[in-house]
Amino acid sequence: MCSFECLFRQGKLRLQKWYVPLSDKEKKKITRELVQTVLARKPKMCSFLEWRDLKVVYKRYASLYFCCAIEDQDNELITLEIIHRYVELLDKYFGSVCELDIIFNFEKAYFILDEFLLGGEAQETSKKNVLKAIEQADLLQEVRHLMKSMWGR
Amino acid sequence: MPAVSKGDGMRGLAVFISDIRNCKSKEAEIKRINKELANIRSKFKGDKALDGYSKKKYVCKLLFIFLLGHDIDFGHMEAVNLLSSNKYTEKQIGYLFISVLVNSNSELIRLINNAIKNDLSSRNPTFMCLALHCIANVGSREMAEAFASEIPRILVAGDTMDSVKQSAALCLLRLYKTSPDLVLMGEWTSRVVHLLNDQHMGVVTAAISLITCLSQKNPDEFKTCVSLAVSRLSRIVSSASTDLQDYTYYFVPAPWLSCKLLRLLQCYPPPEDGAVKGRLVECLETILNKAQEPPKSKKVQHSNAKNAILFEAISLIIHYDSEPNLLVRACNQLGQFLQHRETNLRYLALESMCTLASSEFSHEAVKTHIETVINALKTERDVSVRQRAADLLYAMCDRSNAKQIVAEMLSYLETADYSIREEMVLKVAILAEKYAVDYSWYVDTILNLIRIAGDYVSEEVWYRVIQIVINRDDVQGYAAKTVFEALQAPACHENMVKVGGYILGEFGNLIAGDPRSSPLVQFNLLHSKFHLCSVPTRALLLSAYIKFINLFPETKATIQEVLRCDSQIRNSDVELQQRAVEYLKLSSIASTDVLATVLEEMPPFPERESSILAKLKKKKGPGAVSVTELEDSKREGGELNGGSDRGPDTAAMAASNASTPSPSADLLGIRSSAPVGAAPTSAGSLLVDVFSEAGPAAPSAAVNDDGFLSSAPPSEDPAPPLSEADELLNKFVCKNNGVLFENQLLQIGIKSEYRQNLGRMYLFYGNKTSVQFASFTTTVSCPGELQSHILFPQLNVQTKAVEPLVEGGAQIQQVLNIECLTDFSEAPLLNIKFRYGGALQNLTLKLPVTINKFFQPTEMASHDFFQRWKQLSQPAQEAQKIFKANHSMDTEVLKAKLLGLGTALLDDVDPNPENYVCAGVIQTKGQQVGCLLRLEPNAQAQMYRLTLRCSKDSVSRRLCELLAEQF
Repeated sequence: MCSFECLFRQGKLRLQKWYVPLSDKEKKKITRELVQTVLARKPKMCSFLEWRDLKVVYKRYASLYFCCAIEDQDNELITLEIIHRYVELLDKYFGSVCELDIIFNFEKAYFILDEFLLGGEAQETSKKNVLKAIEQADLLQEVRHLMKSMWGR
Repeated sequence: MPAVSKGDGMRGLAVFISDIRNCKSKEAEIKRINKELANIRSKFKGDKALDGYSKKKYVCKLLFIFLLGHDIDFGHMEAVNLLSSNKYTEKQIGYLFISVLVNSNSELIRLINNAIKNDLSSRNPTFMCLALHCIANVGSREMAEAFASEIPRILVAGDTMDSVKQSAALCLLRLYKTSPDLVLMGEWTSRVVHLLNDQHMGVVTAAISLITCLSQKNPDEFKTCVSLAVSRLSRIVSSASTDLQDYTYYFVPAPWLSCKLLRLLQCYPPPEDGAVKGRLVECLETILNKAQEPPKSKKVQHSNAKNAILFEAISLIIHYDSEPNLLVRACNQLGQFLQHRETNLRYLALESMCTLASSEFSHEAVKTHIETVINALKTERDVSVRQRAADLLYAMCDRSNAKQIVAEMLSYLETADYSIREEMVLKVAILAEKYAVDYSWYVDTILNLIRIAGDYVSEEVWYRVIQIVINRDDVQGYAAKTVFEALQAPACHENMVKVGGYILGEFGNLIAGDPRSSPLVQFNLLHSKFHLCSVPTRALLLSAYIKFINLFPETKATIQEVLRCDSQIRNSDVELQQRAVEYLKLSSIASTDVLATVLEEMPPFPERESSILAKLKKKKGPGAVSVTELEDSKREGGELNGGSDRGPDTAAMAASNASTPSPSADLLGIRSSAPVGAAPTSAGSLLVDVFSEAGPAAPSAAVNDDGFLSSAPPSEDPAPPLSEADELLNKFVCKNNGVLFENQLLQIGIKSEYRQNLGRMYLFYGNKTSVQFASFTTTVSCPGELQSHILFPQLNVQTKAVEPLVEGGAQIQQVLNIECLTDFSEAPLLNIKFRYGGALQNLTLKLPVTINKFFQPTEMASHDFFQRWKQLSQPAQEAQKIFKANHSMDTEVLKAKLLGLGTALLDDVDPNPENYVCAGVIQTKGQQVGCLLRLEPNAQAQMYRLTLRCSKDSVSRRLCELLAEQF
């Protein structure tokens, strides 16, 4: 099971999702420590590291690091692909996703993550199905928009 | 500005985010945020009711501010209001805010739960999913209480939409993890297992995580999942890459589901049903075969997904550990990965091979890769990969390759990263001992270890080399020679000096024949290091010197000179000073015979499991707590040396086994008698031997716990009455070894060790006369209270009868096994009867078994201490006594006594540094009693106030009584 996931770049945390209960203070401490550790690693190093009693799997996309902390018996490689699938989902939804999309539409990034991973486990791995769920929701909004403009509100 | 803003963008939010991004400094950012917070607050408080859109926008802004790392203390109510909106986006933002920001004890939880309940019963799948996501994200106990029975129903209901089922399964998993007691198994459980057969792959993917977790806790109830999982796996593995449509990931069919299926199977032993097993073995073979096929894509995603399944399959093969063929194939596959260009694969292969090395079927196959692994240790650029390589070398080591592996690890140590040195040192030490064929190799290795990485060599390591040298006389001469040579280096590590001091003190005579290492040369070499060493090492060296006087009478004058000089005999350190004074006196007044006996060679140590291993295991565990370890060894140090009269004899002098309460190995062996297991009549019988040989002619050499210079005149009373025996009892509260009783005829020495609720006591009965004792019998009984409850006795003491004849001057030994069943206050009684020259002698003594012997020290921080202190606030739990000091109020003496008591002495807890605070747990068979102690000395008034708080009142009272006599 994934314990938490975060997205960050040098000095900026873009998204964090916790699947284990922790206080805000602990969360801050953990992310600070982890960000430092990961940023200190060199490009050719392996994508896994033992960290506290967890394993951290990370991958860099452009200047953004995607990072997952998993438990001891979990599979590192498949976690690496969890990260990749999430990136693909963001990419498909936003159409060539860039960091700004994630900054300005952070709530969407969370919604997509919830459709894909729930409670730290993969809920739906089909790209089509995840996006369908998100787009359905967007559609509900479009309809409301339409109605709004029709009634001139 | 945003590149895209899909759906219903919130302009105000986008503007705000841009503003934040344009801030030039942290201060500007904070200013902008405060402005926004003020704005939102006024909107929320304003008279005008906000429409849903504005509410959503402001809540979203608050969320953004929170995610930037600022505290948010309002807006929760507005977010909760959004939950009951019938507009999807408003609801969605409301739920997001709640998921991220609401803590479980919020008073809003009732309102939130109400909103969730409404959505769950709305039959609108999108709303239901939102509600389920929220429960899964928050996962609080309150939510479990409200929904733990509802969600299983949704999960297995026939008309539930697939997407809702998926969310429900993982939502239930989260609740089960937080509150397993609230998720009750029932009729739904069997239907959950059948979700493995669901035709919707997404449902299977989600459900299997739930099933795996439930199976781990209730394997029997879910064991039908094994055959279902095997057939599902088999269908996936044999499918063509296009069959599964969108569940195929870079030409790999359903990799996530495959991994989860293989993971589920690892909760169970191999299937018993032959057909199922056959099918599974076929799957595993197919997976191994596929690894050999050319890749269908060059993309790393393809190989990752494929290898993820492969590694999970290998884990399952290792878990079964029953298919030699598969194990060897797995090993060969991993062997290929060892040289793969992908660092990730090399890392995982090393890790996985480590577990393969422990299987008897694949151990040999793993060993064939030794050169590659050694190469990895030398050349990998990533320290985490090198660490894995070192782990694997350790795992694959056996007698056949130990020399090679140890040599490689040693040479790696010279350049190893600081982060892994300590662990490497332990590993080398363990391997060297475990696979030592000739012990000279072992000695070389450990001395090399100290030379290369002295700072990382823990006490356990150098204690161990000494134990081994002492126990094996074939290596003693070699060890003396090697350590002598190692000490020639101008700068050698202090640990080397310790080993050198100890070994030359014991076995320097074995190399003294060579003029290059004559006694005086040896002494001068050791003494040249003296001034650079810490106090414990110096103390050890002083003991080595007195041993030299015995080994080489010609060095006596030189050494006495050294002992006599001011820097020794007036040393400000009380331990060093005492040693110098006592050794000087001993060397000048004791006859050579007495010296030879007192300074006799150390008896062999009992063989036991290496404590280094225990340390390594601990290190590997999460958190690697070294504090408790230190404390353990400290405590034993105190125990071993009696710890009361002489100040805390440092662990350096007690080459003890830190994890087991092994007998003392004080260099001189004067304070303790034979180690456990040593034959009672051999060199071990120091206690009485010394006495009987020295006789009254040299009372100064009598072994006595007040320090061996004071001569305690033997008691004239034939048998002390019991009231005096209470004093005896008090004498042993804080120490475990010493002379229990002595008169003109008989001396009884005692030596005891305790571990958790068990204890072992050795009694040494020495006949001080030259006449035989006849009909010698001893009986141990527990006084009334101890036995009152037949079902719940307090103590259980077992022993064997002793020999009825004790020759003049001889000593016999008796072992008592003690088990503490519940707390007690009366000590067991020892009755001894024997005939001496026709007269019947009869005496009864209290055995010094007191409740504090069953203490385990507990380290805790100040905060924890006071929290527990407050928890034990019932009047009966506290016992207090104010009393006059009977003994020295010296800090070190007090500390030693408190440590001897068995508790952990806690620093920095009491705001007043003069006070002492201790904590420990008394282990009885039935229960554990937590005890906290506070001792407040008043030096001016020569008074103490002692306060005890224990989770059991009787223990508080008893400890208070016992301790009030100690200070």
